[in-house]
Amino acid sequence: MSDITWGLWQLLFKGVWITVQLTVYSAALAAVVAFGIGIARTHRLWIVRFLSGAYFEIFRGTSALILMFWMFFVLPMGFGWQLVPMWAAVLTLGLTYGAYGSEVVRGAIAAVPAGQREAGVALSFSPAQQLRKIVLPQAWPGMIPPFNNLLIELLKGTALVSILGVGDIAFGASLVRNATAHSAPVYTIILVMYFVLAFLLTRGMRVVERHAKAGVGQAPAARTSLRSRLSTGPAVTGAGAAAEGDAR
Amino acid sequence: MTFDWSAVGHFMPMFWKGVVVTLQALVLGSLIAFALGLVWALAQRSSLKAVRWPVMVITEFVRNTPLLVQLFFLFYVMPEWGITLSALATGVIGLGLHYSTYTAEVYRAGIDGVPAGQWEAAIALSLPRRRTWTAVILPQAIRRVAPALGNYVIAMLKDSPMLFAIGVLEMLGEARQFSSQTFQTVEPYTVVGVAFLLIAYPASLLLRALERRLVR
Amino acid sequence: MSADRNTPNTPPAENAAGGPDAPRPDEAAAEPTEGTELIRFEAVTKRFGAHTVLDALDMKVYTGKHVTLIGPSGSGKTTILRLMMTLLKPDEGTIKLGDRYLTHEEKGGRLVPASDRYSREVRKNIGMVFQQFNLFPNMKVLRNITEAPVHVLGLDKDAAEERARELLELVGLTAHLDKYPTQLSGGQQQRVAIARALAMRPQVLLLDEVTSALDPELVAGVLDVLRDIAHTTDITMLCVTHEMNFARDISDCVMMFDAGRVIEFGPPEQIFTEPAHERTREFLSAVL
Repeated sequence: MSDITWGLWQLLFKGVWITVQLTVYSAALAAVVAFGIGIARTHRLWIVRFLSGAYFEIFRGTSALILMFWMFFVLPMGFGWQLVPMWAAVLTLGLTYGAYGSEVVRGAIAAVPAGQREAGVALSFSPAQQLRKIVLPQAWPGMIPPFNNLLIELLKGTALVSILGVGDIAFGASLVRNATAHSAPVYTIILVMYFVLAFLLTRGMRVVERHAKAGVGQAPAARTSLRSRLSTGPAVTGAGAAAEGDAR
Repeated sequence: MTFDWSAVGHFMPMFWKGVVVTLQALVLGSLIAFALGLVWALAQRSSLKAVRWPVMVITEFVRNTPLLVQLFFLFYVMPEWGITLSALATGVIGLGLHYSTYTAEVYRAGIDGVPAGQWEAAIALSLPRRRTWTAVILPQAIRRVAPALGNYVIAMLKDSPMLFAIGVLEMLGEARQFSSQTFQTVEPYTVVGVAFLLIAYPASLLLRALERRLVR
Repeated sequence: MSADRNTPNTPPAENAAGGPDAPRPDEAAAEPTEGTELIRFEAVTKRFGAHTVLDALDMKVYTGKHVTLIGPSGSGKTTILRLMMTLLKPDEGTIKLGDRYLTHEEKGGRLVPASDRYSREVRKNIGMVFQQFNLFPNMKVLRNITEAPVHVLGLDKDAAEERARELLELVGLTAHLDKYPTQLSGGQQQRVAIARALAMRPQVLLLDEVTSALDPELVAGVLDVLRDIAHTTDITMLCVTHEMNFARDISDCVMMFDAGRVIEFGPPEQIFTEPAHERTREFLSAVL
């Protein structure tokens, strides 16, 4: 590692910062999409369910890298919008992982016992009040572990932007590799950097989970091993999500 | 927006070559992921800490870092160690290794899901250890998790375009090449994007049907 | 909101036994029909798939009466409560609460199936206590009780809390108002659920097997609270229960259901001591 100079280290840390930004922006967009689409998929009007379901199927069936290329190369040609690579990436990752997240939201809403909604009806709450006051607060703690898995998938997905030339960690690594002519040290370093970021995310989500559970009168979860908490999986379909549920 | 159908026609021969390469990578990668994942899952149940621990560290590390960077690592670092493989072989190994850490979790869940009574019955019948695994536990576990494994095949399909970054001419790689030769970008990328939808959606429907049949 | 809304603090009505109409005209004629009619089912049919749970049911309940529905499981008792609460919609027939339809609304002189908005408005007059309590686990006891009065009836928060405290005193749980439901026993949760339903000052209280999910030693506490409410208020009660002693204590009228029909009804002393119908006798000897 001695041939990685201070300047090259700076390059890598700049890359970490870009990766963190990408993750935060994409996660914010993904969260909005996940709740919007996920709630729409439980709507009582079939047309709303159909359209939101179609969104889910389309984005779930698409490869993120190809979508990113499409956003970056085809949108400007076809529609005359030139997206900055960074925003093409955020849009792609946010829309894609938002679709996966919508499955988490839908599943967690469906898991709230029917009696809770019935009690809401018996107390004359409007559908919106039932959702806001009864269903979502109860569904939320159950969403956090699968959201954590998706967040780590999203973090890993940000590496794709290096192909578009955005200066994230992976892009920094290719520059360093060219400068030092050695690949092993720099790629080992950045793999560790990604791992540390994933670890920090998991830690953060665990704190969020503990607060969420306390907020619905559940006892905080017993401490589990890093191993089971770090288990991640791309929530590909409902079955995939179920398997993750088993694996947790 | 202009969409040039003749460009689509011109792209088709390259597209089909890309499809073949994508499918090769997918099939071989899946085989590695299924086999290696089972190895990880069994190793994690080892009674030896010296086996469990390294396997746990490796699988955690591989699962929580990007496949793309792992591909670069394999592609650039292996030659430095004197191992030179084709880009496709490197990509297959990368895909298979990455997803083996997911299938390991799937197998683990499947094995944990076999009722304790099955183990007890095997003991009561004095079945040898190996026979217990191969005849009693694994057949039940794998039947339960087959749809989940299938989902990871779809996930691998969607990650396979990353192989283009190390120079594999799969579907995206062919599209990239076509557009750099002809300066037509809209058509090849759109064709590839639609092709993924056309493969992934029916596949996921199939898996959901399989899941309903198998997982009871 | 209607001005004549009953409150649990007003004295009990002095009406003698009132009761519902049975589908059989000969029996219905024998029943006294004094008092004001509050609930009316007309030719209500409810099917689940090919299974007919309620078969052209007619019945009436008079204001302030306590009516208990008994019968084997699957006979349609709970379905009646769920239809009243608009958790289910009837396949045929109409249900009226006072002079308004629950299931339908009048538009341009014609009856059309009720919109969600209309149902929500009418059902504010109905409260329900569930077998599984269905307290909101994300809210503490006090907020479980005040949430609907504040956000549905528009009561101000202090008034709602004041009332919630009174109700908690009524059900004997004042000490627990700052706990989450999961920290309470099943019996305590059910008493909170009763207080929560009463907080909406409903005209009608529906009790759906409220003790069935409780451990035996916790049943008495819940029944005592309900006896208290039944004897000190004039709230109309519709109650599905397997607790026959409780039914005898609080009911003005007991209705025996079988296969989606009322086969017999009358004051509890009559039904429990000299049932007219063979099925009623069989049922009572099985449960008593």
